[in-house]
Amino acid sequence: MNYHILKKDGLDGFVKKLARQMKVCAPVAKGHGAFAFEEVSSAAEISLKYVPTILPPKKYFMPPREKMLDFDLNGDKPKDAANLEPEKLALFGVHTCDLAGIQCLNMVFSERPRDYNYLLRKENIFIIGLECNEYCDGNASCALVGNHYPNGGYDLFFTDLGDRFIVHVNTQKGEELAESLELPKAAPTDLSALEKARDAKKHVFQNEIGVGPKLLPEIFSRGMESKVWQELGRRCVSCGNCTNVCPTCYCFDVSDTINLDMKTGYRTRTWDSCQFETFAAVAGGENFREERAHRQRHRYYRKFKYPLDKFYRSFCTGCGRCTRACMAKISLKDTLKTLAAGYK
Amino acid sequence: MTEIKNSNWRLRKGQIVAARQMTDLEKWFEIKLEDGDLDHEPGQFVQVEIYGVGEAPISVCSSPTKRGTFELTVRAAGRLTRHMHSLGKGDWLGIRGPFGKPFPVKLMTGNDLLFVAGGLGIAPLRSLINYVMDNRREFGKVDILLGCRTPKDMLFGEEIEQWQKRLDVNFSCTVDRTAPDWKGNVGLITSLIPGVTINPEKTFGVVVGPPIMYKFVIAELLKKDMPERQIILSLERHMKCGMGKCGHCQIDHPKNYYCCKDGPTFTYEEVKEAKRF
Repeated sequence: MNYHILKKDGLDGFVKKLARQMKVCAPVAKGHGAFAFEEVSSAAEISLKYVPTILPPKKYFMPPREKMLDFDLNGDKPKDAANLEPEKLALFGVHTCDLAGIQCLNMVFSERPRDYNYLLRKENIFIIGLECNEYCDGNASCALVGNHYPNGGYDLFFTDLGDRFIVHVNTQKGEELAESLELPKAAPTDLSALEKARDAKKHVFQNEIGVGPKLLPEIFSRGMESKVWQELGRRCVSCGNCTNVCPTCYCFDVSDTINLDMKTGYRTRTWDSCQFETFAAVAGGENFREERAHRQRHRYYRKFKYPLDKFYRSFCTGCGRCTRACMAKISLKDTLKTLAAGYK
Repeated sequence: MTEIKNSNWRLRKGQIVAARQMTDLEKWFEIKLEDGDLDHEPGQFVQVEIYGVGEAPISVCSSPTKRGTFELTVRAAGRLTRHMHSLGKGDWLGIRGPFGKPFPVKLMTGNDLLFVAGGLGIAPLRSLINYVMDNRREFGKVDILLGCRTPKDMLFGEEIEQWQKRLDVNFSCTVDRTAPDWKGNVGLITSLIPGVTINPEKTFGVVVGPPIMYKFVIAELLKKDMPERQIILSLERHMKCGMGKCGHCQIDHPKNYYCCKDGPTFTYEEVKEAKRF
């Protein structure tokens, strides 16, 4: 596939032209060192250097609240229909960790029985990635899971080369956009500059926990009874922040709302959290994950064990959001280090 | 606006054609789907939607050999099931499913069967028992053990009387607490197992009951040398979507089974490492 060049002073024109074609969402500074994906219409609004946004891009693929079904009780028998208005959208500036997160969700929701709400939204989202040349902050662990380099999952991918971006085109849709915006082709010198930037990253990004990723499945296989889970359980307040901000947490609840006419209503899917006390409770009174320690353990196993067996990949993308959002200062990196130390 | 015609969230419309209060807590419903048979297999479950109230997973208690309608036995335990008790003949429900891995009926063919049901566990098990009754010559010896709290908690009383009369089925039953007119066994369900003669290599034990029951019943079956993969359980979890996505029914086990898709029926061999049944 092709590489194009976009001069940095041309970025504003790029965003404006793109915004004429579809809604553009990009990281925007929200103060207190926090960022969020929001609609933008010019480059000035975008923060190119940003710590992973409060919520990951999953909010566009699987909204926090989403209507799955409309129903109508007028008439002899109930009627229902699943309606969706998918929004045509370009996500700009998606970090490699979040690209990995979207790829994880793609696998989950394309597995049968398929989730057509998700798939329809996904088809309407154009993704432009952005490379990190250095760490966003000390909470990230992207090198551990190999997400500090791009692993696909985008239409276009931007890498900062100082005065310009080199743009990797990964899809036909991406190529068409690059051509319609008249981005010049990259020269051999641009490609060698890209190679140099990637090389420099080898020294910047190093395995953050000092344990090889190949060892993690084994560490988790043997770690069910580790003391670290009790320790996390004592600190955790079951707020659910960690799962809400996680780019690969997709657990949900489904509930009905009836309109004031008492005849029409809808079913809504809402983000849920395995950290909530009643998440695994059944109506008969049994709660299969009553203790906070077990719920925390479950969260980690849903990132480092279960998806490795099922999808052949880690569902931790190394973005560091769970650590940043934790009210009890539970650090993913520290947890992994403690777990690994117990294994040795 | 796009209509997702093949959305897995769409509901089949089912009308209650008969309903009967069975005990203080359990009500029985017979449901006819407008688009044909449920086409389930023994051990599967459906998601029952009461429009405006919500959904709950309920085991199908009738055998697929019974066509035209299917049956549910519902304990008033949560919000939806309490609402469901106020419904009766003529009311409409939304149905998704059938979901889940059924009992391994084909593997059981030609073998002896030992059914162990505790309390409401008789509901999912009845779908298999009636299937076996309707295909009786396909199977060897059939023993049914049933346990309930008190005689008045017993479900499917009339049907059980028929089972007791049949010559091709051995039926025993016990209650935890007796009542003045009760002439049968008193004691836990485990007390019935030593009295059953089995040929362990060619017997499948199918156990359905409250979580607390499994450990003790399984121990008794293992004592009889029943192979681990011939002990079949049906586990309870809150399946909210039925499609292996919502996360609620995942079992704490090295294989992290989703109860709705990988289960609810499991062999003991598959789930013996689970933290809890």
